[in-house]
Amino acid sequence: MQLDSLYQEIILDHYRSPHHTGLADPYDVEVHHVNPSCGDEVTLRVELDGDTVTGITHESVGCSISQAATSVMSDLVIGKPVAEGMATYEKFLELMQGRGNVEPDEEVLEDGVAFAGVAQFPARVKCALLGWSAWRDATARALAQNESQDAAQQEGVSNA
Amino acid sequence: MTDARTTFSSPLDLQSVRADFPILSRELAGGLPLVYLDSANSSQKPRQVVQAIEDHYLKHNANVARAMHQLGAEATAAYEGARDKVAAFIGAPDRNEIVFTKNISEALNLVAHTVGGSLKPGDEVVISEMEHHSNIVPWQMVCERTGATLKWFGVTDDGRLDLSNVDELINERTKIVSLTWVSNALGTINPIKELAAKAHAVGALMVVDAAQAVPQLPVNVAELGADLVGFTGHKVVGPTGVGVLWGRYDLLASLPPFLGGGEMIEVVRMTGSTYAPPPARFEAGTPPIAQAVGLGAAVDYLSGIGMDKIAAHEHAIVEYALEGLKTVPGLTILGPTEAKDHGGAISFELDGVHPHDVATVLDTRGIAVRAGHHCARPVHERFGVQSSTRASFYLYTTPEEIEALVDGLGFVRSFFKVA
Repeated sequence: MQLDSLYQEIILDHYRSPHHTGLADPYDVEVHHVNPSCGDEVTLRVELDGDTVTGITHESVGCSISQAATSVMSDLVIGKPVAEGMATYEKFLELMQGRGNVEPDEEVLEDGVAFAGVAQFPARVKCALLGWSAWRDATARALAQNESQDAAQQEGVSNA
Repeated sequence: MTDARTTFSSPLDLQSVRADFPILSRELAGGLPLVYLDSANSSQKPRQVVQAIEDHYLKHNANVARAMHQLGAEATAAYEGARDKVAAFIGAPDRNEIVFTKNISEALNLVAHTVGGSLKPGDEVVISEMEHHSNIVPWQMVCERTGATLKWFGVTDDGRLDLSNVDELINERTKIVSLTWVSNALGTINPIKELAAKAHAVGALMVVDAAQAVPQLPVNVAELGADLVGFTGHKVVGPTGVGVLWGRYDLLASLPPFLGGGEMIEVVRMTGSTYAPPPARFEAGTPPIAQAVGLGAAVDYLSGIGMDKIAAHEHAIVEYALEGLKTVPGLTILGPTEAKDHGGAISFELDGVHPHDVATVLDTRGIAVRAGHHCARPVHERFGVQSSTRASFYLYTTPEEIEALVDGLGFVRSFFKVA
């Protein structure tokens, strides 16, 4: 019973055929995140157009939960403004930290609601958050990088 | 399994051993019995150990060596008594060769810091690819600090130390050889005595990580031929928070202190201090008193049962588990697949299922195993895997628990539809 609530069919589907795998070009920033306690690793690339996430691709080694969560995260965030992606992360985090007492919002989390059962397994919560932490880090860096490039360009224009 | 079952025989009375460990008969969520197969991570504790700690705290508690009252004398006697027990347990010729630390990581850091402190560029330290991180990282740190070079033994395909280049690795530049006796990840038992002789032949010191050896093998450090040997309390049915470093007395006496503070000094002046002789030199501050008392009770407990019997039981259980695991389709054992020179831990891969998922599914059946790299990432890299599942055994492990593991792995395969 408990096991089926953890390993929902949606999670196993994403695990067997994860979306947005294979590192694509072009991209703005690539990050590599690891879970030192268990060894899960994800390499993730993000591409932004202004404030919109236009692309996420990833390559990862890890358990079904971490791989499926990265796949679902990519589906949820691609094509959305960064702020909306971050808000979705907050909702997902709340669900993960809720110890099973948080009712997931399917409107926002879509396939992500399948991870509700993970909150009952404290040791596995970090698995579900690995891809999200990689995306947040990559996006923050991409925003900073694009901002400084814009600033440099503007400086170039004003100098000309 | 039927054939193996008929051949299983242990010198231990498992029912009476298990009666000493109340946790083994507790129920998990859902009313499941506990199948504890994670003793290489931390062993369970017998009632005798917990009672010794309780008795100490409730009746004899005070600081040691410096309290001028009856309780202080009792606490000191208990703490120093634990030193005597540990010395006898591992065959140390002198009780002053036993240094209490907080765990084996601290013991190995102590060695790397004090012995390693005199290393120079051009000197070499030799470890192996199958070490626990605690016998890799302190040496990397000291080599970085001193300019010495770190070298290591490789591991053969069947999980043994690759000794084909031993005379190249251990050479006149070698100052320290530091190896695990029993691998926590592969279970391999290494030929420490022979390697200690090789190290001594070139004038190097032999350091041994015995964290997985002391729990399951009869140990006599005087016969082993090593210079420094470390282990930890919580893996020998003792409490957490206490570890042991054994060293030859003349060697310990030649080493500088590690941590500075109370009790490790002789005379302190504002212009400088002189240091106490071993073991006090290496025991700065209030030591883990109650934990040492618990460790003393733990080694008494193991001696009462008999380390030779425990080793024989461990061997029988490992043999039984190897047989059983070999019947699981898609399962690959990392390391030696025969029980000869195999300690009580077996790591494996299950085709198509990640180790974390294996561990979680087993957990829902009450079976506790470890999944991950077991603090031995390099040896996993050596076998081209990111992580593994590890089952590990101890004096209380039954053949029925092995059968539960094998059945559980069959369920894992069907659950993830790889069957």
